[in-house]
Amino acid sequence: MDCRMHLAQLEPTLGNLDANLAMHAQAVAAAVAAGVDCVLFGELSLTGYFLKDQTAEVALRRGEGPLARLAELSQEVSVGAGFVERAEDGQLYNAYGFWEDGELLSVHRKVHLVTYGMFEEHRDLGAGCEFGLVESKHGRFAILTCEDAWHMQGPMLAFHAGADALLVPSASPARGVSAGAGGIGSVQAWGGVLSTWALLTQTWVCHINRVGFEDGIGFGGGTRVLDPFGQESALLEGLDAGVLEARIDSSALERARVALPLRRDERAWILARELAQRSEAGGWEGRGE
Amino acid sequence: MNALDDRSGLDISEELTTDLLVRFLRSEAGKFGFEKVVCGLSGGVDSAVAVALAAQAFGPANILGVMMPYRTSNPSSEADARIVADSLGISTRKVDISDMADGYLTEAGVDDRMRRGNVMARCRMIVLYDLSVEWRGLVLGTSNKTEILLGYSTQWGDSASALNPLGDLYKHQVFQLARHLKLPSAVIDKAPSADLFEGQTDEDELGFTYEEVDRLLVRMIDERWTEEDLVAEGFSASFFRLVAARIAANQYKRLPPIIAKLGPRSVTHDFRYLRSWGH
Repeated sequence: MDCRMHLAQLEPTLGNLDANLAMHAQAVAAAVAAGVDCVLFGELSLTGYFLKDQTAEVALRRGEGPLARLAELSQEVSVGAGFVERAEDGQLYNAYGFWEDGELLSVHRKVHLVTYGMFEEHRDLGAGCEFGLVESKHGRFAILTCEDAWHMQGPMLAFHAGADALLVPSASPARGVSAGAGGIGSVQAWGGVLSTWALLTQTWVCHINRVGFEDGIGFGGGTRVLDPFGQESALLEGLDAGVLEARIDSSALERARVALPLRRDERAWILARELAQRSEAGGWEGRGE
Repeated sequence: MNALDDRSGLDISEELTTDLLVRFLRSEAGKFGFEKVVCGLSGGVDSAVAVALAAQAFGPANILGVMMPYRTSNPSSEADARIVADSLGISTRKVDISDMADGYLTEAGVDDRMRRGNVMARCRMIVLYDLSVEWRGLVLGTSNKTEILLGYSTQWGDSASALNPLGDLYKHQVFQLARHLKLPSAVIDKAPSADLFEGQTDEDELGFTYEEVDRLLVRMIDERWTEEDLVAEGFSASFFRLVAARIAANQYKRLPPIIAKLGPRSVTHDFRYLRSWGH
């Protein structure tokens, strides 16, 4: 694997598919001009985030309108972008698609919908129920949409599936302006979480956040790439829209996995046994399962 | 350190906060095609910080500061407002609301101090919203988080605005920004006052200081401490209950009017769109 990528930190317009698609097309054109292999956008990049009743109004079936256009755009560079998916059965999902060579390779439906504090995703969206891998020609990618990266199971499954990189699109609001914290609290927290996953899963981590405001709630930026040692290898600083150019490769993965043989020493069967026993004992009752 | 003296959680990064608020003003006004704001300039620290942030966001020439004295207002308030305006280089206008307010107060025979203060605050709101049309700018709010939580404002009066950069800042934090923005000492050093009657100060009226209540509020609201936690940290139970009761009693000021739900989709209940809808 040797993948040069653009991580596009956008400021989408809420509910305006046409304007946002134009923004995507512009970023794809820039990526093609730069000769990179892949361009990644954030969570719900085609729609904006706090959609509420607009959720159903901007939902798209696979292959419909703007998504067909993204497929076309992926002829020259692989594309990852977020949208509201209207499934065959009418359910709506917070979805992230990955297009390559004109085809939709994969769709990840966000598993861990956020419904607390300022968030109310579960009011408007259904939850996904699987973590897969995107088998791209540029690498094996696991997609963890925002809150998916704040739970252990997604990164753990990606680790066991042999992912090369975790792609983490988000629409994370900026909050926390305490003195002495060294930056926006939420952005700092992301740095800690993502560094931990990079180190423990020994994968590259590509985090694509957004900027701008939706009714007073600002999004914190902090788009970044972390190497398999947990170190930051690229960061888009500040709160402006922009593009982070980064490169991820196999050699760093190999070095990390030799230096610290976490994969070799993992005892996944213990976890599997414990979970199976708990499941048989009805251990998931009352937890929304 | 005792929680009564501990400002951790309350002290903000002034640079970061200023950057976020300037971006907030530009973005939220800009998406609706506005590049100008109009703001009541009282001579106090809140309006001074609000216009200073707006001056950074839009440029001083696009800010209209409006002085709106009533005949009993302390002349030093207008003088301090002019010092702020001059230091920032913003445009100003003076509208004396005495005739406007007295037209009603005399006719209705209103003597009650609180009612008279509310009428003055609402007269100022009328002036600002009218001038916003002439100036082609949005009305900039100056209510801080302490006031909003305590309900220390006049509904549809000084609490009315199109966008408010200070609404998530406690008074302590407003003072921090005032010093960071190098605002004139005239507005930083004096006791906060609504100047609705002679000798009025906020802290006398409230019965506690902003510093005391801000240390309590940041724990109650932002950090979700319970009464038990706070008493263990040294806050008095009576102070906690007084503040908690004020917050609950004034919730009506923080929300739109109650609409009786009849149909399947009702405004404020389940017709859910942001102001940013399509912007």
